Amino acid sequence: MALSQATDQPPVGIGGARQGTALTRWASRHPAILLLGLLLVFLPAVASDFVLDQIVGWALILGMIALSLMFLAGYGGMVSLAQMTVAGVAGYMITVLGASSLPSISLFWPWWVAAPLAIVIAVAFGTLAGALSARTEGIYTIMITLAIAAAFFNLTLQNWSIFNGFNGFTTIPAPIVFGINWKAPVPLYYLILFFAALSYAAVVYVSRAPFGLVLQGVRDNPRRMEAIGYNVTAHRIAAYTFASLIAAVGGILMVWLNNQISPGSVGIEATIDLLVIAVVGGLGHPIGAFIGAIIFVILRTFALDALVAVGLDGRRFQTIIGLGFLVIVLFSPDGVIGLWRRWSARAHGGRNGR
Amino acid sequence: MATAVDKDGEVRGVRRGDALASWIGRRPVAAFIIAAAILVVVWLVLAPWPAELEELFGRKRLFINALFNGITLGGLYFLVASGFTLIFGLMRNVNLAHGSLYLFGGYIGYDTAEWTGSWLLSYVVAFVCCAIIGAAMQVLIFRRMEGQDLRQTLVTLGLSVVFSDLMVWVWGGNAFQITTPDYLAGPVPTPIVVAVKSSGEAVFLQYPRVRLVIFVAAVLIGIGMWLALNRTRIGVMIRAGVDDRDMLSILGYRVQLVFVLVFAFGAGLAGMAGIVGGTFQSISLGEDSHFLLASLQVVIVGGMGSIPGAALGALIIGLSEQFGLVYFQNYATVLTFLIMVLVLALRPQGLLGKG
Repeated sequence: MALSQATDQPPVGIGGARQGTALTRWASRHPAILLLGLLLVFLPAVASDFVLDQIVGWALILGMIALSLMFLAGYGGMVSLAQMTVAGVAGYMITVLGASSLPSISLFWPWWVAAPLAIVIAVAFGTLAGALSARTEGIYTIMITLAIAAAFFNLTLQNWSIFNGFNGFTTIPAPIVFGINWKAPVPLYYLILFFAALSYAAVVYVSRAPFGLVLQGVRDNPRRMEAIGYNVTAHRIAAYTFASLIAAVGGILMVWLNNQISPGSVGIEATIDLLVIAVVGGLGHPIGAFIGAIIFVILRTFALDALVAVGLDGRRFQTIIGLGFLVIVLFSPDGVIGLWRRWSARAHGGRNGR
Repeated sequence: MATAVDKDGEVRGVRRGDALASWIGRRPVAAFIIAAAILVVVWLVLAPWPAELEELFGRKRLFINALFNGITLGGLYFLVASGFTLIFGLMRNVNLAHGSLYLFGGYIGYDTAEWTGSWLLSYVVAFVCCAIIGAAMQVLIFRRMEGQDLRQTLVTLGLSVVFSDLMVWVWGGNAFQITTPDYLAGPVPTPIVVAVKSSGEAVFLQYPRVRLVIFVAAVLIGIGMWLALNRTRIGVMIRAGVDDRDMLSILGYRVQLVFVLVFAFGAGLAGMAGIVGGTFQSISLGEDSHFLLASLQVVIVGGMGSIPGAALGALIIGLSEQFGLVYFQNYATVLTFLIMVLVLALRPQGLLGKG
């Protein structure tokens, strides 16, 4: 998978001393991102709670989980379908270790124990899944990770002693810290926005750090990297660990936002939806995951009404998603980002053209 | 390559007995363990269980039923997974729409059986319908993106999403059960003792005739495929294509034709398996992903692209699912999963896969 990278961007200003100038320089180079960031920060002033949480917040969470898939697929060449499962493991663990409406299962540990522990368990799970699939290559990864995802889904469905079977968990409280109830729409939105931005920055940073560069080398030619002396398998597994961390945080936020988790949250359909999001957005750049997520959430929220409005059966939403996905895969394999890059290259008279 | 000698021997048709003897010579410990396990299973099946054993493992009837259900389920899984593994082996195409073909075959078979009243005819119809869809997929889509296996897989994924939604549209969310024809209905007595009454009279196992017949049919289809692959001209072409399809096409064989035939055959087989599944259990929403997953597990355990591997994998997965259901209800899938993990850790290419 030779996915092109935009290498003309300078690294984000992380240096200490000249941060101010670096930041302004960066801002002037990327007016779109700056504008988008400002819009997201001031969104609560104008948007309703529904738009805030159910659309933008949900899209940011899906974007985070899709980002972990994008990192593995785009930089590592490993299309892992187990990332939704990693998020699900974290989500289930925070309800089992923390609080829910089921005192018979939940342990009611305080959030500062439950949340980190849930993340650790989910990351361990993701790393293990990575270790299992990292020794095989390419297309096998999809098969193995899909089998892992399905196994976990079936486990949650069958097991009543830990996962409460088909019903799952509801009424999951978010912590109250600094006197703020993080479950309220606006604080929850900012919490999600903070972690989404953090994971985005982390992925952008790691992709340019030595580790990320080696990973991209492994993606392009594992045998050559092996010959140079890099441990290919170790880099792949480490990539899974990093990606799983992002997915795990996303999973906990997902549970706090949805106020429930059930086998459907980690089902095959959810797993496939996540891949659809990442591919439609584009695997070439981290922002693709979020673009795919917002398109998906908007479609999911409004497609029913739109379909009925034009006289079609509103229940055929899934067909629309599937067909849209097929169109993207068949005609623009690098997703919406690729469409946009081609369009802007044409608009700039081929300045960015390859 | 260390295994070159073995491969040559296989290709030149050295008798199986010799291969077995040499394998035992190389792996005496493994051979002993396998032989002992087979003996234990035979004893468990044939002998009436002593009371202590029943106390430990529950009633013998449960064990025997799980064993028979597991083996016959393995037959069904083999029908689905053999097409999947052939398509993957030859075209490097992970057909994630394979479960949809299974489900579609089941629905079509159900409708045909209801309309015409003929259970056997439904197999023909399902095979033909699914084969046409499979051939169309290969000709219209996958031919255009040869060698891009990730993109092909994504396309099959998109197709499976669309197919499953369209099938919900046509057939709704209800579960259908395909009626077993009269001549196969009812149980058949077997000479296996499951319990001994207090009067000393032995109780024999009664097992559904249709499951046994279908299992025999699956075995026959498996043997037929093995013979076709190893004894016919097209089989030689397919095997050569699995090993090196570029070379095959350079030599002037019509690779595209072979691709279409294999895709159609694999899809048709999945469609027929849909009817089997509809007769064994039922045909409903969600069965597509269930059987796609079963195929994945079978192929991962057995080895990618290998028909004997699919047979072995199907047996293992079928048995582990059924025994899991009986003995570890809450964690049944974990058993199957652990088997998969174990195989991946020890032999990433699958038990009978080529290294």
